[in-house]
Formats: sequence, structure tokens, C-alpha cells
Amino acid sequence: MTDTTRDSGLDTTSFVPLTTDATGGPEAPLSAPAKGEKARSLGTDAWEELRHRPMFWISAALIMFFLIMAAFPQLFTNVDPNLADLSKAREAPSPDAWFGRDNQGYDVYARTVYGARASILVGVFATLFVAVLGSFVGIIAGYRAGWMDSVLSRIGEVFLGIPLLLGGILFLYIFPNDPLTTPFLVQVGKVALVLGVLGWPLIMRLMRGSVLQVKPNDYVQAARALGASPTRIISSHILPNSLASVIVVSTINLGVYISVEATLSFLGIGLQPPAISWGIQISEASGIGMIRAAPHMLFFPSVALSLTVLAFIMMGDVVRDALDPRMR
Amino acid sequence: MGKYIIRRLLQMIPVIIGVTFIIYVAVFALGDPTIGRCGERACPAGYIAKFRADYNLDKPLIVQYLLYMGNLVQGDLGTNFFGNKVIDELAARWPVTLKLGTMAVIIESVIGITAGVLAGIRRGKFIDNLVTVSTLFLISIPIFVIGSFSQLIFGVSLGWFPVTATQGTTYQLIMPAFVLASASLAYIARLMRANLSDNLRADYVRTAKAKGLSNARTVGVHTLRNSLIPVITFIGIDIGALMGGALVTERIFNVNGIGNFLYRSITQKDGASVVGTIVCLVLIYLLVNLIVDILYGFLDPRISHD
Repeated sequence: MTDTTRDSGLDTTSFVPLTTDATGGPEAPLSAPAKGEKARSLGTDAWEELRHRPMFWISAALIMFFLIMAAFPQLFTNVDPNLADLSKAREAPSPDAWFGRDNQGYDVYARTVYGARASILVGVFATLFVAVLGSFVGIIAGYRAGWMDSVLSRIGEVFLGIPLLLGGILFLYIFPNDPLTTPFLVQVGKVALVLGVLGWPLIMRLMRGSVLQVKPNDYVQAARALGASPTRIISSHILPNSLASVIVVSTINLGVYISVEATLSFLGIGLQPPAISWGIQISEASGIGMIRAAPHMLFFPSVALSLTVLAFIMMGDVVRDALDPRMR
Repeated sequence: MGKYIIRRLLQMIPVIIGVTFIIYVAVFALGDPTIGRCGERACPAGYIAKFRADYNLDKPLIVQYLLYMGNLVQGDLGTNFFGNKVIDELAARWPVTLKLGTMAVIIESVIGITAGVLAGIRRGKFIDNLVTVSTLFLISIPIFVIGSFSQLIFGVSLGWFPVTATQGTTYQLIMPAFVLASASLAYIARLMRANLSDNLRADYVRTAKAKGLSNARTVGVHTLRNSLIPVITFIGIDIGALMGGALVTERIFNVNGIGNFLYRSITQKDGASVVGTIVCLVLIYLLVNLIVDILYGFLDPRISHD
């Protein structure tokens, strides 16, 4: 910042998206002594804050609900999601099939329950990939600095230059999932890999920013003077400082990836039937003729998908607010 | 300022080279560029040989890439399945997409900024909570769900708007534009709210108040202008999401634009059109980002000084 900043009357803490975006904004001042009867860590503070937020409990309950649904769909339904009864095609909701039946006579409820697995798996795999690769590259770039940082940052910019959905379409078009021969897990892995390859620079920039912020601090310098190895400095001084923001952004991203997976499947390029996925269900339900004839086909998978995305984004939002002392 | 612009331009070059190189390698070296060119069957050997020669695939990778870039610079995005130039297909369709996109940007700016300002100045009040919760929902519901439901509710059930927008008239495009704007609208409202409430706590606002300026002037002139800068840049950066959204929206409402062309090319396995269109869109995206960055330097002088 130069002196002109002060003269122009601009607030130096105002939001600058090109940089705060990347570094996750001003970090919570960890070194600040906690006020109050006894010293409390940022984590305890955040937990105290979270406990009293209903949005935290709602999103936690929703996430648990959909995780259990993804892991044990049998708990929710006894109906075979692949049992098609064409004579009952597009039947409206009834005691027999709670959410009605789709164009092939599948039970929409059973397919909605079994569809959770695909979305959750893609979201979790893509997020893990992004978090691990992004943190790793970000730490190297921030810690080594110099030419290594320049090269890694430029590579990151290249991948950020491709919008997520367009890149997803391109890569999945070139390396398509074949409906009949590609096993379900490979399809899921492929979609997750594509999202991960396009998404890692986000976490990398976040991590790099927080390493650069922490590195000049006295306690890091002291640790180095005492002869701590880079591995030790990173694992016990740098990682704990940046982990919170990585987790928050990853949680929000998990929701975004689920949404993008569903969009890709909706466009017919992500997961392929006979795989069961909310995106495919909605795609089948969304022709104009189908919307008129059987709106229930559209309604239930859409609600499930939106609630899942909502749960993760809401969780990330609430946790971020709790970790940010300025919000109090 | 001149230095800043030149620096941004120079920084852009490696990104453009990197992006096109990745796409090129993925499509022509790792993938099979003849996918779908012969319909459902695999291509005959003679066709593949001619294709490889026509597209310089027998030369070293770096030469191939340079030849491809040479064609790209001259506006050659390849020839599709039907023997049409991809650039001509796009040229015929871009006016509708541009119209849809412009309408969406106007909708998202007007509603998003208004909602964000109302929430920001009434922090913690009812309107603030309303905006925060409703934008959370808008962000969470995928655009194809919003689109399908709008079509069902406002098009089919209530009959307020045309169900499809095949001719692309302004009236037909109103509902698709709202759908396309929905997610970005929510982001703009949240960004505006966060900026405004941050800025309202800044020292210069306290100074302005201490000088005796009216509340309207403090908020309207000082704070609002500063809070708008990131929002303007967000609208520019968001064009990538808008392109993806246009693809979905145009497919749902059958708008005859670039997005629908891309969707149909995917379902028809028309590889040249898919790759050509995406390369074109990514280049536009990078260009818009560059313009936004430069604009940002003008709007916020601090950024061009470091």
C-alpha cells in the first residue's frame, strides 16, 4: 500500500475479490489473547458460537441424513430401484409408490434414495482430491517461494482459466463414460477426477496465501532458528493455521461439486444410465411433455438434490461465520 | 496505469497458451479426435489416416499445436460432422445468446445490488435475514432445477410466460433470463451486503459522520461507490458461470443459441463442434477476465500501484 491510499480515503480493509478470494480473506487473529475469565482457543470460541446457531444443527442433520442414505439405502426402502413395471409408467404418487413412478415404471422414491450415493461419492472424492492436491501444491509454492512459486502459480492460473462446467463437458466428452461397459465406481471416479483437476488451484491459492501470511511470524522464525525441519514447521505451525479455512471452503465446494455433477449428468455427459443419479432422473423428467404428464418425476429428485447442496453450503457458511471474529 | 495494463497483458499470454495447450493435448493427443465422426460405428482405417494427415496429427506434438493455434488465430475452429465451419454455426447463433446474457446481467445487477444494499444497511433486521436465507436457497438449487420448475409453474401451470423461447424474442426470453440470473443474483446480493457492512464500519465513514454529513450522503456517495467496485468485477468474472448456465437454460427453454448448439452437439457426438465451441467460449472468458482486471485498475487506483 502506498501513501496515496490514505489520501484517497479508501478503506484499506475493504473487500478486494481478486486477492481475498484466493487467500480466504483476513485470517482470524490467532495470537490475540482471548478476553474473558479463562483463555479460550479459537476452536472453542467457534464451537460456542456454532452450538447456538440453529442453521448449524439443521445442516448437520441434513448431511448426516444424506450420508446414511448414501451408505445404507436399504434402510430407507425395500423396493428394488431397478425393477421397472412399464404398465405403471408415470403413475402419480400413491401408497404403493410414495413418490410415484417414472417413465420406465421405476419407483421414484427408491431411485431417489439410491441416487444419493452417486452425488455424495462424486462430491466427497472431488473435494478430497482438491483439498489434498491443492494444499500440497499450495504449501510448496508458499514455503519455497521464488521461481517454484511463480511456476506453480502460473499452472494454477491456467486451470482456473477453464470454467468448471465447460471444462467438465470437454474432458468428459473426450474421455466418455460408456453406459454399458464402464463400472459405476469408475464413472464416479472419472467425474470426480475431472472436477478435481479443474478445481485444485482454488485451495492451492488459499493455502499459499496463508503460508505466506504465517511464515514471517516470529514463532515460525524461532522454530526455524531452533533447528526445526521444514516438515515440522509445516505440520505444527503452518497447517493448523490454515486448516480451518481449507475445511470451510472445501465444505462449500462439496455442495458445488454435487451440483455440477448433477448438471453434467443432466446434460447427458456425466454419469450414464443405468447408473442411478439425481441428475439423470431430473434430465429424464424435464422434457416438456414429461413435465406436463408427470411433474412428480421432477419434484422429488430435485428436492433431494437441492437439500443436499444446501446442507453443505449452509454448513460451510455457518462455520465460516463462527470462525470469523468480525461477525460477532 | 500504463505499466499495469502492460503487465496484465503479459501475464495473460502464458495463461492463454497454457489453456489452449491443455485442451489441444487432451483432445488430439490423449483423446480420440475421430470420436463420433462416423456415427455409431468406429471409423474405417482409411478415414482415420486421411483425418490424421488433414489435421497434422502425424507431425510432432509441438508443431501440431502451433499449426492449430495458427488456424485458431485466423478464426478457424474446425469443421463439424455436417461439413459446416464451427465458427459459422456460432456466428449464426451468438446474437440470441448475447441478448439472453445481457438481459440476465441487467436482472442480476438491479435485483442483486438492491437486495444487497437493503440487507447491508439494515444489518440484523428482518430484511437482512430474508436476503441471507433466500440467497442461500438460490445458490443451493442447481440452475436446471430452477429452470425446469419455472417452466412447470410459470409456463405450464400459470401460463404467465411462454413455455419455450424458440424464436428468441425479448418477451420469450424474460423467464430464461431470470433463471439464468438467479444464482449470480444471489452471489451479488451477498457480496454487496458483505462489502457494504464492512465499509460502514470503516474509519472514513466515521470521519464523514463526524463531519456532520447526512446518513444518505455517507451511504449513498462514499460507502456505496466503494462497495460497488468488487461487485462490478464479480459480474465480469462470473461470465464463466453464466456461460455454463446459458447452456442449461437454452436447453430447457429451447433457445436457439450457442448453449443449445453445444448441448445438441454433445448429444449428437459432434466432436468438432463441442471442442470448437468450448475453445471459443474459454477464450472469450479469458478475454473478459482480462478486461475486468484492467477495469479494476481504473476503478480502484490502489490495485495498480503495487
